[in-house]
Parts: sequence; C-alpha cells; structure tokens
Amino acid sequence: MKATINRRDFLRAGAVTAAGTAILPHLLTGCTSGPSATGHNMTLHDYLEHFGVTKNMIQDIIREGLSKGGDYCDVYFQHMIGNYIGLEDKSVNRAYSDVSLGVGIRVLKGDQTGYSFSEEISMDAMKSAARTAANIANSTTKVEPVAFESPKLPNYYLIKTPWEEVSINEKIPYLQQINDKVFALDNRIIKSNVWFMDETSYVLFANSEGRMTYDYQPMGQISVSCSAEQNGQKEQNGYNLSGRRGIEFFTPENIDLLASEAVKRTTDLFEAVKPKAGELPVVLAAGSSGILLHEAIGHGMEADFNRKEVSIFSDKIGKKVANDFVTIVDDGTNPNVRGSINVDDEGNDTEKTYLVENGTMTSYLHDRISAKHYGVKTTGSGRRESFRHMPMPRMRNTYMENGPHKKGEIIESVKYGIFAETFTNGQVMIGAGDFTFYVKSGYLIENGKLTQPIKDINIIGNGPKVLSDIEMVADDFKMAEGGWTCGKNGQGVPVSMGLPTVKVSKITVGGVNA
Amino acid sequence: MNTKERKDLAIWAVDYAKKQGATEVAASVYNSRSVEIEVREQKIEKIKESTTNGLSLNIYRDHKYSGHSTNNLNKKDLQTFIKEAVEATKYLSADDFRELPDPSLYPENLEKDLKIEDRSYLSVTPEDKVNIAKEIERVARAQSDKIISATGGYSDDYSESVKVHSNGFVGERISTSFWAGGEVTVKDDDARPEGYHWGGSRFFKTMPTPDELGKKAAQNAIRKMGQTKIASGKYEMIIENRAVARLLYMFVGPMQARALQQKSSYLEGMQGKSIASSKLTLIDDPFIEGGFGSRLYDGDGIAAQPRVMIENGILNQYYIDNYYGKKLNMTPNGGQPSNIRFELGKRDFDSIANDIKKGIFVTSFNGGNSNSTTGDFSFGVSGFLIENGKLVQPVNEMNISGNAKKFWQKLTELGNDPYPYSSILSPTMVFNDIDFSGL
Repeated sequence: MKATINRRDFLRAGAVTAAGTAILPHLLTGCTSGPSATGHNMTLHDYLEHFGVTKNMIQDIIREGLSKGGDYCDVYFQHMIGNYIGLEDKSVNRAYSDVSLGVGIRVLKGDQTGYSFSEEISMDAMKSAARTAANIANSTTKVEPVAFESPKLPNYYLIKTPWEEVSINEKIPYLQQINDKVFALDNRIIKSNVWFMDETSYVLFANSEGRMTYDYQPMGQISVSCSAEQNGQKEQNGYNLSGRRGIEFFTPENIDLLASEAVKRTTDLFEAVKPKAGELPVVLAAGSSGILLHEAIGHGMEADFNRKEVSIFSDKIGKKVANDFVTIVDDGTNPNVRGSINVDDEGNDTEKTYLVENGTMTSYLHDRISAKHYGVKTTGSGRRESFRHMPMPRMRNTYMENGPHKKGEIIESVKYGIFAETFTNGQVMIGAGDFTFYVKSGYLIENGKLTQPIKDINIIGNGPKVLSDIEMVADDFKMAEGGWTCGKNGQGVPVSMGLPTVKVSKITVGGVNA
Repeated sequence: MNTKERKDLAIWAVDYAKKQGATEVAASVYNSRSVEIEVREQKIEKIKESTTNGLSLNIYRDHKYSGHSTNNLNKKDLQTFIKEAVEATKYLSADDFRELPDPSLYPENLEKDLKIEDRSYLSVTPEDKVNIAKEIERVARAQSDKIISATGGYSDDYSESVKVHSNGFVGERISTSFWAGGEVTVKDDDARPEGYHWGGSRFFKTMPTPDELGKKAAQNAIRKMGQTKIASGKYEMIIENRAVARLLYMFVGPMQARALQQKSSYLEGMQGKSIASSKLTLIDDPFIEGGFGSRLYDGDGIAAQPRVMIENGILNQYYIDNYYGKKLNMTPNGGQPSNIRFELGKRDFDSIANDIKKGIFVTSFNGGNSNSTTGDFSFGVSGFLIENGKLVQPVNEMNISGNAKKFWQKLTELGNDPYPYSSILSPTMVFNDIDFSGL
C-alpha cells in the first residue's frame, strides 16, 4: 500500500534489517545481457552497446517524448545486478540474485512531470512509454532535441575488481571467517547471521538539452547480526560496513572489525538501563550520529518541499539558525562513501553543497525542477531509486564539519544526560519539523562521566530548535560506516552521514517516569 | 503476455531448471500495472504509469537453496540466467530443511472468490482518475484559509501472478486496488503542520468519496494547530484506530517462526500463556472479502486458513512458514500475516473518550522502534491531551516507552470501529499507565 506515509521520511540502517529483506539481491557470476566490458573503464560506446541502442535511437525516443509539446525530456537506462549470500546457523545456506533492466522516460512541462518506463529495450516499447510520458503536455509548441555531448566526469568510486568478476565461491569464506570469529570472541553468543551483499548498476542518461552521461555504480556491504544469552536474558544487535567499494575493501582488519563490533554491541546490552523520561542534554558520538542532521535539517532542506512551502525551513535561507561553529554540508564527492555519486540521476554534476555555513542557512538541495523554480543552479541532488522512479531532491552524504571543542570537555560539561552512539532508524515530519531517531545503544552521562550503558530509546526533537540548541562541536569528525538507506515518497536511495562529537543542550528522550 | 502464456513460462522455467540439475523448483511469473497521479493547484503535478513483469525462481539442488529474480523475460536470456542460477547453487552448503512443502499442505480448492479483482479495471478512464485527485484537493483547500498547500492523489494497481512448483502446486492470482487521498499543510506561526488521509478499495465503485477524503485530510492538519509538548508522566492512552498498526508489529515480528528459531523473539516459549490483556483476541483471517491481505495460499504455496493467534490474551499459535517450521519441527500454518482482525468492543471512539478524565489521544506515531528479542520499545507520538472527555490541547514531540510484555497487559478496551483501509483492521484501543516523555 503506497497510500500513507508521504511526507514522513524515514531512514533505515542496514545492520538491523532481519534476514528476509524484501529486495532480493543476488549472486550470478555474469549478467544476462553479456556486456562487452565491465567496470569503470567502459566508454560511451560500450554503454550504448551494453543497452543495445544508438544515439539516433535515443534521439528518436526523446523526440517522441516531446511530441505533445513538452519542454524537456530525459531517458535513463539502467541495468542492475544484485547478489546476496547469507550465513545462518553456521552455514552459508542461502543465496539470492536480482537482475533488472529498463529505461525510464520523463517529460516535463513547467513544474509538471509525466513519467513512464519500459522493461523492454525495443524501439516499439520505448516509443510507447515515451508517448505515455508525453501526455503531461498538451500544446503545439515544439522543442527540438539538441545533439548529444558527453562531459568528462570525475570518478569518486574507483574499485579494483568489478563485482561481476567475483564469483560466489570467493565470497563464501568471508562469511565463514566472520561467523567463526563471532563465536570465538564470546561464549554468550548463541546465534550469528552474516550477509554479503553486492550490487552493480550501469546507467546511461540522455536529455533533450544534449547532455549524455554514463556511470558505473558499485556497492558492497557485509552485515553481521548476533544474539547472545546471559542468565536467561537474550539480546541481539549487529554491525555492518558498506560503501561504493569492491571486494578489496573487506580486508582482514575489516573482517575482524565486523565480528568484534557485532559482539561488543550485543553483549554490552546486558548491562543497559533506560534513562529517565523527559528533556535531557544529549551528546552525539562521532560517526553515525549524523542521523541527527539527516532528520533534523536534511529532509527539510530538500527543495521540493520548500517549493511547495510545506517545510519548516521554507523561509529560513540567509537566516542565522545555529552557532557560528556549526557548518553542515551535503556532499556527493566523498571517495567510496555510500551516498557518493559521480553524476546525479538527471545527468547533472554532483558537488559539495553547504546547507548551513558558520551558523547561517545557505542552500537547499535542488533537482532540475526546483532549481528552475528558484532560478538557481541545481546542486546535483536529483536522485532516484531506479529506472522505475522519477528523480527528486535527495541527500547524498550529510555531515557536520569539525568545530572548536574537544570530546572530553563536551562529556565533562554534562551533569545528567545521555551519550548516543548507535542508531537503527529515524524519521521526520517535514512541516512540523518534528524528527526522531532510535538509539540502539549508548551511555548515561552522570557528573561528567560515561557510566551505565543505555538501550532502545527514541529521541524526538524539533529541527530548527535543535539546530539552535547545538552548544558544542568537537574536532573528531567521522563518517558513518554502515549501510544506510533513505526513504522518501516510496523510493529508497543509499546515503551516508557523519558528525564530530556534538552536544545538544536538550532533546526529549524516551525513558521511564519515576 | 496473457495468463496462459505466463503459466506456460513458469512451467517451462521449472522444467528448464530441473534439466540443468535442480532437484526441486518453484517459479512465479508476475505482471503488474499501476498509475499514480498527484494534483496540486488543480494541475497535474506528476503522473506515472508503469507496467512491470518478472520471473522469480527458488532453486533446490540436493538441499542447497537459492532464489533469483529477473525482469528480462527473453527466453534466450532466461536460459542463461537459469543455467547460472542452478550452477551457483552448488557452491552453497546443504541444508536438510530446504525442500518444497509437503504437497498435502497445498490448497485443495482454488475456486473461492475473495472479491479482490475489479474486472472493470481497464475501463476506468485517465480523466476519471485525474478528476478524483482534483476534487480531493478542491474540497481540502476549501476547509480553511490557513491551508498553504494541498495535494490530491490517486493511484491504482492491477497485479497478476502465476506460481508453479515442481511437486504439483499451481496457483493463479489476480488482484486490483484503488487508492485516493489528500495531504494538507497549514501555517501555524513558524511551524507548518501537515495532515493526510487516504482510503482505498479493491473496487473502483466502492472507493471512499473525494468529499470524505478531502475533508478528513484537511481536518487532520487543521486540528494540529497549536501543538506543543506537555509534561512527562504516566498517562492513560487512547490510540486512533488507523494508528494502532504501528504497535502491532511488536507482536507480528516476534510471533514468526524465524524469530523463534533464531532466538530473537521475546515470545519464545509463550504459547498457551498470557501475553496480553484478556480483552485482546487477534484473528488472522485470509478470507475477508475484498481484504487488502486476503489470499488463498501463502508465499510457500501452502493453503491459507483463518487462525486465532491470540485468544483472550493467550498466545494460541505462531506464524509458521515452511522452512523455519521444518527447522522447529512445527507444522506450517500459512506463513506470514494476511488480514488481522480483532474481537471488537461495544463503544465507538466518542463514547470511550468521553469517559477519560485525563489522558493522551495518540493519532500518529513518529519514528521509534522495538526490540523483538526483549520487547523493549520507544516511539515518537503526536495527538491530543484529553481532560474530562474533551480534546483540550494538540500535543506533539513526545515519546512513549516501555516493554511489550507489560504494555499489552495494560490494554483496557477495544472500540467497535475497525479501520477499513488496511489489512490490519484495528479498532480504537485504550491502555492505562503508559510512560510518556515530554517536557
């Protein structure tokens, strides 16, 4: 049912999603269309050949899309191959694969969008989809497509070995090693699940303004989840590493890290308590605490919401929203990070966008439609889940830059509060500005010291208010390592986030009442 | 491709995979069409039409198991795809529990009409659809001059699937659904609270009216004006019927065989014991006519059957699928949840609320999560403070927290008003003594 949750955007952590994830990634050693080349060395010619199309054919489809008077048309070819293998009850006993191939066709008339897609790369099927999308317009004006040019793009995710060249039997030992380590580390462990996921996407994009781009997008992820038992009490938690990476990322050090973090995060929960309910000072640990930014400000700065004036940030550009030492960016250019893109999903260059610079709100995140509405340059934030979806402004890697404080002095400044360290999910109501995130683990801070572990509490705050309540920012920035997926209007895209240690003077913390 | 061709393709895929070395195979071939429309300021903001096809295969090769899906149905490409899928499966570890269900569990009769297909799906015109969305926006916008944005929406879908197993199961299913609704944002000082309301039906003719949808969407936004957080404390909690589903996942996850077998269920060992207040009787009913979760067989092809999951607070049974059922040595009973309905109370929301001296009426949850292993939970909430039976103040930015083991024992009353637009047909529910965090 697509009917509900529209403007309530959510974020999900890869680690905690249990085995039966809805999407079935995969394991094949080669793909069905038999590409003549793989990986990032492919040329435009290779991409055209991969999809079995020519520039003239694409031009014809665009012309068809513009036939009803649309003022812009783009086409997005995608071939996606996902592989997924899983270990449960000590054996690698399941594998899934998914292949999807198709082309999305979009026609714009002003702010209006017509969209259709075809899963068959034949002229008849593509033209028929183009005619469907064309129907958004109904006028006699004719826009003539411009001859294609392909810009040279940067590459933020060079990898050594394309995933299609890694067969299933090369991946299996990773899972077994991690599982063995998990059980060797702590005799309270009773179950361990390990998943190895890789995905490769080939994208060819062209529009009626003559821009043609292509991109090879790899993604790798290993997730570990374990259950432990102590005196009849059970706990479960996990850890995962993800990025636009090849298999070389899974070094012996990272394999050790996966096992040791998963075990530590699970067994720490045995000692955990719940804080008292109410407004408390919250210190966010460096790293995945960037979830605060994603929810408190990131979604509200996506310009589609502001164009419709439904975001609490709709009138905040140019205004002072936080202390001088607060600078928040959304960046598509971080090497090998999960939310990085070489080019956005409407063919525009990506960039590092300043949302808040030295405490002042500077820019929204724009796609083509919103940039045109505001008369500004796009920020390269137009993203989509796949060829089956139309692009919209989305985050990439959202983080705060280092500030003037030290982690030690931040913790020492808190008399009673919480130190939030790991998270499972977050959500925001764009208009009211209420955002939440779920703290899986952390610590109580009592009299300036970390004392008992805490677990399973939701934090709820208001975006603009929390920004102005950021009291201290440390100099220990860290990017999240896990596989975060952001959901908006039914589309999921990979993102990342980061934060130095940060103190917020007060947020409402779920807890118990005396 | 028509139904017969889809069935032929599934049969071919099963045979072809067996020829490549698979011991057992399950194949599904599916097709779905959908339309999504969004209208703003009486103009189409977005319209999307899609048709998608696919084949998915479960391969069992000497008790080694893998699953695969593709949307490329070209026969030659499928041959390569299947060949590689069967080949790759041999690298996995054998698992004795990996096999198709016992054929005696398959449905004997697939004739029952669940009333989930509107045969007039194709005769609904694009103009009809756009007009519904426009009318919802128009009605919504007329409700208040505080409204700064209103959108009307419409979507529908048609889906068809054929499922074939190498040990005898053949199932076909066609379903439709039609949805419409609105989203409204109002200006309230600095904040811009939003409200929405969507409703749907398996049949175009029985969709809720644009008038109802537009008005409710607007009211849901307008009534939030002036919302604020109030003091932390223990309050009586009354939950709006459409919001209850979020809490039910605290049961549905831990009741599944996988959670039991993987030791991640707080309900392990609780069969036959009290897990909720005696007011709660929860029935999983796959045969509700027109239900959004109605079905004749589950994902394993096993016959669906009505199941009383919780009876007067006692956990009667778990959700058992084929694989984890074998691992646990429990008989599969129809897998994952279908429609969930409840033994209803006698009163509607108004008369229940009327008796509440001081409490919080929760209308929506915002984020939060629960821990299926321990039962711990914490959710963001918004709604209204109730005093002496009256909604006196909209509240937001608060959390509720607790543990599911105790929480469900605190259920004191169910309403007589099941929410119709979901597979979870929950009525209003009332709980006492709930931990709220606010100021």
